[in-house]
Amino acid sequence: MIFRTLADPTRRAIFEQLCRDGEQTVGALTARAGVSQPAVSKHLGILKEAGLVRDRHQGRRTHYSARPGALAPLLDWTGRMAGYWERRFDDLEDLLRRMDQ
Amino acid sequence: MNSTSPETLSVVVEREVAFPPEKVWRALTQPHLIEEWLMKNDFKPVVSHRFQLRADWGTLGCEVVAVEPNRTLSYTWVGLGLESIVTWTLTPTSKGTHLRMEQTGFRQDQRQAYQGARHGWPRFLANLEQVLGRIA
Repeated sequence: MIFRTLADPTRRAIFEQLCRDGEQTVGALTARAGVSQPAVSKHLGILKEAGLVRDRHQGRRTHYSARPGALAPLLDWTGRMAGYWERRFDDLEDLLRRMDQ
Repeated sequence: MNSTSPETLSVVVEREVAFPPEKVWRALTQPHLIEEWLMKNDFKPVVSHRFQLRADWGTLGCEVVAVEPNRTLSYTWVGLGLESIVTWTLTPTSKGTHLRMEQTGFRQDQRQAYQGARHGWPRFLANLEQVLGRIA
């Protein structure tokens, strides 16, 4: 879900902007997204559904912020990849022991 | 050990090995030796040389980016939708060699290169999960 959500470049850009610059309104996000406000709202809805952003209503405005904790599966990915390389290192070390000087 | 931002996936593995850099370098660059710890390959330590890493679960297309004998080696690591670069750094120590591997992908300045990621990324991650599950 998270990967599918962030695979869209516009959504990724919106999410990155929220991570970088903190809480923002749809208007502020639209100014930099290069797409229409309804499009940004739609992307925000999908991001929210994936748990990547949360919204906060204040008067007539809605403020959006990132929930970077939702990226845990990515951290897990790097953890698994690190595990893969650790095992390659084990095999490499084993090979070095067997090689001629 | 690992760091991540929305744009970058980076994995670093480091280890001190009790062998001189020259010997480690051979293991990293000679095809019959690479095969013993990594995958079947047609590697050559020549910048711009394109080669493949082949396993029973698939093939990775790679290209040598940098070669500095006994010190550093880097190549692209492309397959199953992932575009990344693997860099090996060898530093001599009193006991042998400090060996560092860094794999980095999805960099911001490469966004154009990831136009195919919309479909490729989720599929790759699904495949990778399976592959890593098998390796584990």
